[in-house]
Amino acid sequence: MKTYKSLAINTPEELIFGSSPNPVKCKSGLVIGGGLVYPEINFTLPPMSIEESTWHTVEKHYNQIAVEVCNRAKRLKIPGLVVEFEQLPPMTMNPEWGGKITELLQNHLQNFQSESGIPTALRVTVVDLRDADRPPILREGNSWEKTREAFVCAAQAGADILSIESIGGKEVHDQALVYGDLQGIVTSLGSLSWRDMGWLWDEITSIANEYGCISGGDTACGFSNTAMQLAGKGMLPSLLAALDRAASAPRSLAAFEHGAVGPSKDCAYEGPIIKAITGAPISMEGKSSCCAHFSPLGNIAGAAADLWSNESVQNVRLLSGSAPEAFMELLAYDCRLFNIAHKKNEALHLRDMLVDSDIPLNVEALILEPKIVIDIAQAIVNEDGGYKRTKAAVKVAFDAIAKAVSEGRVEIAEMEKSWLPRLGSEIDALPDNEEEALENLKSTYGTLFQPKAYGLE
Amino acid sequence: MGNILEQLAICIERGKVNKDAKFPPALQGQDGADELTVKALDQGYSANDILKKSLMVGMKIVGDKFGAGKAFVPDLLIAAKAMNTAMEHLKVYFESGELKHRGTVVIGTVSGDLHDIGKNLIRMVLKGDGWNVIDLGVDVHADKFVEVISENPDCYIGLSALLTTTMVNMKTTNDVIKSKFPNTKIYVGGAPLSQDYSDEIGTDGYFPDPYSFAQHLSAIAS
Repeated sequence: MKTYKSLAINTPEELIFGSSPNPVKCKSGLVIGGGLVYPEINFTLPPMSIEESTWHTVEKHYNQIAVEVCNRAKRLKIPGLVVEFEQLPPMTMNPEWGGKITELLQNHLQNFQSESGIPTALRVTVVDLRDADRPPILREGNSWEKTREAFVCAAQAGADILSIESIGGKEVHDQALVYGDLQGIVTSLGSLSWRDMGWLWDEITSIANEYGCISGGDTACGFSNTAMQLAGKGMLPSLLAALDRAASAPRSLAAFEHGAVGPSKDCAYEGPIIKAITGAPISMEGKSSCCAHFSPLGNIAGAAADLWSNESVQNVRLLSGSAPEAFMELLAYDCRLFNIAHKKNEALHLRDMLVDSDIPLNVEALILEPKIVIDIAQAIVNEDGGYKRTKAAVKVAFDAIAKAVSEGRVEIAEMEKSWLPRLGSEIDALPDNEEEALENLKSTYGTLFQPKAYGLE
Repeated sequence: MGNILEQLAICIERGKVNKDAKFPPALQGQDGADELTVKALDQGYSANDILKKSLMVGMKIVGDKFGAGKAFVPDLLIAAKAMNTAMEHLKVYFESGELKHRGTVVIGTVSGDLHDIGKNLIRMVLKGDGWNVIDLGVDVHADKFVEVISENPDCYIGLSALLTTTMVNMKTTNDVIKSKFPNTKIYVGGAPLSQDYSDEIGTDGYFPDPYSFAQHLSAIAS
């Protein structure tokens, strides 16, 4: 296990797209975070059921997508290509299915690379089937065994990078989030989720090492992106979503303390904080992921991206061509802009425009401002353990937001203003020690989780 | 301060669960829904009056605020929590038949889908609104719904899905249920869905949020 006690990126100026202190080299020669931003194209099936009888159609879709995406990539002369195959639940429940699509896509990428000379990598993201159990059992049982088997099948089938959107702690976090319970959010992320991340990424890294894959990274998608989406629909205050984002960084960092090397997952908007601490490359998605979901982070998400992703797009026909092909083009042009900015020594200028265009309008964007990212990252490494790190991250994020609001640097809705003092009081009331926080968590949410699943008993 | 029913309605509206509850700060140290319900019963108010003239009044205020975009989900849910706490004291009246739930709603995320937060929000809001909710969880096959409907023949069904590859299972579920229980109303919700999709697959409506679903159920049940 590695414990980060200092930052890899110490100043806001060094936190920039395309460049990371610890780039990752893939088997194909593609270097992620080595100076260029590459597109990471992600796609999914149109509405259809996935079963034995439709498997032929499933493969047909992925074959078509791969051909069209590679053709578009070649035509646009991109410098490198990452493809993410995000498995759908039936493909993880039947690991050999996930393996088949992995092999299919890797074959296409290798043919593409040998014909075009453009280096490629394939990220496979396995579904965390443990989410189906309530309360989650996590470290054993059929759900974990299938999930693990899916990783092995993907690795054997040729995945370059292994990832997951893991869910440990979500059963409590979901409840705490919708109740606006900041203590519940902090403890579920900092104590439960953090522990599960450590255990899980030891397992994933072991598989990656056995099969020569890259142990990529995770995301707090099921936690802070849920918060972001609910805030986007007006169901939660953006303030809460912003604090949830900061609170999610320590648990996502745990993957790197247990063997992950990057790139972290595209939907990990806490990625810049991870990059500042680990120096590892990150994948990010912003306006480019509007095919999958909306967000208040459309431009700023690109500020520190090493891979630029579209999150996921269905294979449906648009006027121009298939949607995956269309988004391949969109990503390619975005990356062209990132890369020419570096070439012309204008990268910081572009980065600052991406940042400054979003932060006045939403506190969720504000906390991704490079200076605030560094402050949050520093607060994290100054502490030990998931709970204290999470508490520290939230405190720094809250203080930054409160200051920016008082200075008029960021807007908040009238309805949210009462939440500032409310959340401030909740932060002040957070227990100093994890034991007390866990006791409180058990008394409020004890029926939702099993301490044994987190190694707490 | 108004009579006890008015005070109780305020506790529901503002989410004051019990005396020990720190939220909301302005009502710290005061009796909450828990204590006031007991007091109201002790003072001779009927269970029906407590439910209809107090608890549901408070829930409606916060529900209407949420529907108008003037309250957040935590406000709605803490009110529902206060309501559920009060309802515990009225359980015996439901069991005797003196009070009736508005009806029964059976909810679940469809086969192949593991997402549950939307479904869980529905459960919490509907329970707070006086419904008996049977939550079947995630990855629920159609035959499970059939089994539960046979035990609860007048129930309403709520199906949730978050993936384009699982929303197709809503049609399957709808078809299986309606082949056996053609009069059962089935409603759908989830990010990739729409009213058009609901119409296409033959379900009885789509709702983008728990409150609008609760309002619809209230309207058809009354």
